[in-house]
Amino acid sequence: MIDFSKNHFALFGLEPAFQINLARVEQSYRDIQAQVHPDKFSHASPAERRLSMQWSTHVNEAYQTLKQPINRARYLLQLHGVDTQEETNTAMPAAFLMEQMEWREAIGEAKDAADAIELDHLGGKLRKAMHQLQEDLAQHLDQQHDFASAAEIVRKLRFFDKLREEINDALETLEA
Amino acid sequence: MALLQIAEPGMSAAPHQHRLAVGIDLGTTNSLVATVRSGMSVVLSDENGRPLLPSIVRYSPNGEIETGYAAQAHQCADPQNTVISVKRFMGRGLKDIPHAHEMPYKFIEAPGMVQFKTAAGIKSPVEVSSDILKTLRTRAEKALGGELVGAVITVPAYFDDAQRQATKDAARLAGLNVLRLLNEPTAAAVAYGLDNASEGIYAVYDLGGGTFDISILRLQKGVFEVLATNGDSSLGGDDFDRRVFCWVLEQATLTPLNANDTRLLMAKAREVKEELTYHPEVRFTSMLSTGEMVDLKITSVILAEITHSLVQKTLAPTRKALRDAGLSAENIKGVVMVGGATRMPHIQQAVAAFFKQEPLTNLDPDKVVALGAAIQANVLAGNKSDDEMLLLDVIPLSLGIETMGGLVEKVIPRNATIPTARGQDFTTYKDGQTAMSFHVVQGERELISDCRSLARFELRGIPPMVAGAARIRLTFQVDADGLLSVSAREQTSGVEAAITVKPSYGLSDDQITDMLAASRDYASADMLARALKEQQVEANAILAAVAAAIEADGALLTPEESAAIAASQSTLLKTLAGIDHRALKAAVEGLNHVTESFAARRMDNSIKKALTGQKLADIAS
Repeated sequence: MIDFSKNHFALFGLEPAFQINLARVEQSYRDIQAQVHPDKFSHASPAERRLSMQWSTHVNEAYQTLKQPINRARYLLQLHGVDTQEETNTAMPAAFLMEQMEWREAIGEAKDAADAIELDHLGGKLRKAMHQLQEDLAQHLDQQHDFASAAEIVRKLRFFDKLREEINDALETLEA
Repeated sequence: MALLQIAEPGMSAAPHQHRLAVGIDLGTTNSLVATVRSGMSVVLSDENGRPLLPSIVRYSPNGEIETGYAAQAHQCADPQNTVISVKRFMGRGLKDIPHAHEMPYKFIEAPGMVQFKTAAGIKSPVEVSSDILKTLRTRAEKALGGELVGAVITVPAYFDDAQRQATKDAARLAGLNVLRLLNEPTAAAVAYGLDNASEGIYAVYDLGGGTFDISILRLQKGVFEVLATNGDSSLGGDDFDRRVFCWVLEQATLTPLNANDTRLLMAKAREVKEELTYHPEVRFTSMLSTGEMVDLKITSVILAEITHSLVQKTLAPTRKALRDAGLSAENIKGVVMVGGATRMPHIQQAVAAFFKQEPLTNLDPDKVVALGAAIQANVLAGNKSDDEMLLLDVIPLSLGIETMGGLVEKVIPRNATIPTARGQDFTTYKDGQTAMSFHVVQGERELISDCRSLARFELRGIPPMVAGAARIRLTFQVDADGLLSVSAREQTSGVEAAITVKPSYGLSDDQITDMLAASRDYASADMLARALKEQQVEANAILAAVAAAIEADGALLTPEESAAIAASQSTLLKTLAGIDHRALKAAVEGLNHVTESFAARRMDNSIKKALTGQKLADIAS
């Protein structure tokens, strides 16, 4: 059987950490896919073809996990035995919830006014806010090893992800 | 007489026989077949030197089937039995087909996919497509002088699972071994990228006869990585023809048209549209069966006006693809134009304005997809141990499952790189519930009614438990062809159910075999011979694969394993001399079984090698 027990970081030859060399992950990803992708096994035995699909699937999964900051943080916390409780823990700080309501209002207004420029502007602002949270994550995960705070940031990022989707949906509706 | 080919010194004298493989672009309007010959990808023409095969099939009462130009010649006289643009019907029900009521066909509603009642009997879009593919297969086998080992068939990137499955079924029905279903824009990127040694992020804008695709790819050292794809699987050149046709009806006051005159004017509309690419002004003249004469002047300005909204319709998916890739138009290094419809100047202008750069039109937009598919086919057939080329593609639409209240739970998001798999857990909602039914859908919307239904299946035999106690793990696996299979397993009892998602029209493997048997190509007496031949091919392939594996990594085997494999090999060799295809199949499976753990170790090893930065080629040399 395939040894899927190896963690995603080890698969790409890295130490587990939030701050990683993404260029290196990309290169390793391509190098490994070049070895395991089903296209390389089209005339191999059925056993090898099946393994190739399983491995290629696994490597894609690992790559997606490490590439996206929120996925990477969640996975890293999981490796440390910390559940991010994104579905169950809804107790967010009051200030954060207020801020979320302001975001929603701003997006809703831009949407009602069919203002694509404002939506784009909000999207940019959102990216900055998310970027700041990711820097905080790096602090909490890699330096302070404060996993409880890191898990809360992941939960916050989930809220921002939803806002991003909302902006994109609004833009799509305007473009259609 | 065929010319004798002489290889460049030191280039050829291949150690093993060149395997004949082709790339096929099964298009809405035209289809093509291409192959790699002497290292060059070339389109194979018919006996009259014509590279395109119009995707038109005519069925006559005597059972005769005409394809291509021969069928095209009759399309106005016999529109009911002459099917054009069949690709638009693949994997689609009657309600999904725009303007169906204006078409000359006698439609028959069948589960999942509409069918045509023709003079030669009822034909499904899969059968019509397979008649086009058979013509191309015959053309290729004649040109190459032998049987094909396989073909890469291209599909629009935005094709859903049902459309892909229908295409694969059509190819198998045409007696083709499908090496891979390849997305059209990716095929174009391969042909373009290798031709121009391109590096960086490119967009492929592919407007075909009936489908629109936009793919954003990163090209780097032979790796073609699709970052995002989007499109519209019912938008293409056909719709531009229709706008011209509607414009003509508005301008000329005509008595209601019969089916023949409708087809006549549609064909003329296409001609006129194509001429307008090269002339600012064209006359639209046609004599109808009623004796009425249509004589109008149309200009390229009018064409641009009446089709403006269609061009705009391609830009919305383009924006979505860029957004999904996390990029903007400025990040795109080049825009490759694919599909005959992109010859229209006003489309090129709109694309140039959107991306703020002139699009790349230096490859023939009709041929580039087939040329790219041929390159991939050549690699997959094993003619080229091209370690450098790697295609990483994505699924175009999210895959999900119906949950309570008619909502969709997404299991695999769109633009996930394939192959991909994802598990999702479900539980029972009633005490003692012993069965669970699943409804698999594809699409982006939250309501089940807005998504495309792919399949329904049941998991039975769940041991009775209190509500919420059962753990049912549903696993979605999408393979490298972009085709989905789903399995369900109750974790505590191990009860399992698995299906390859077959769209509701549900051609099973057996049905395809039956259809093959029923077709004239394979008289039933030949079936056994064919089954034996297929197994012999399979047996030789695995013997070669295992021998190559042992030569490369025999050191990984223990003496016991070596002995077991050797025994299996000799059993298979002995069986290969016989004529029992079932025994042969068993022997193939036997060898396959004893080499499984060896295969796993080789795979682990190659990953280690990849990580240490060594290429297999370096190690071998």
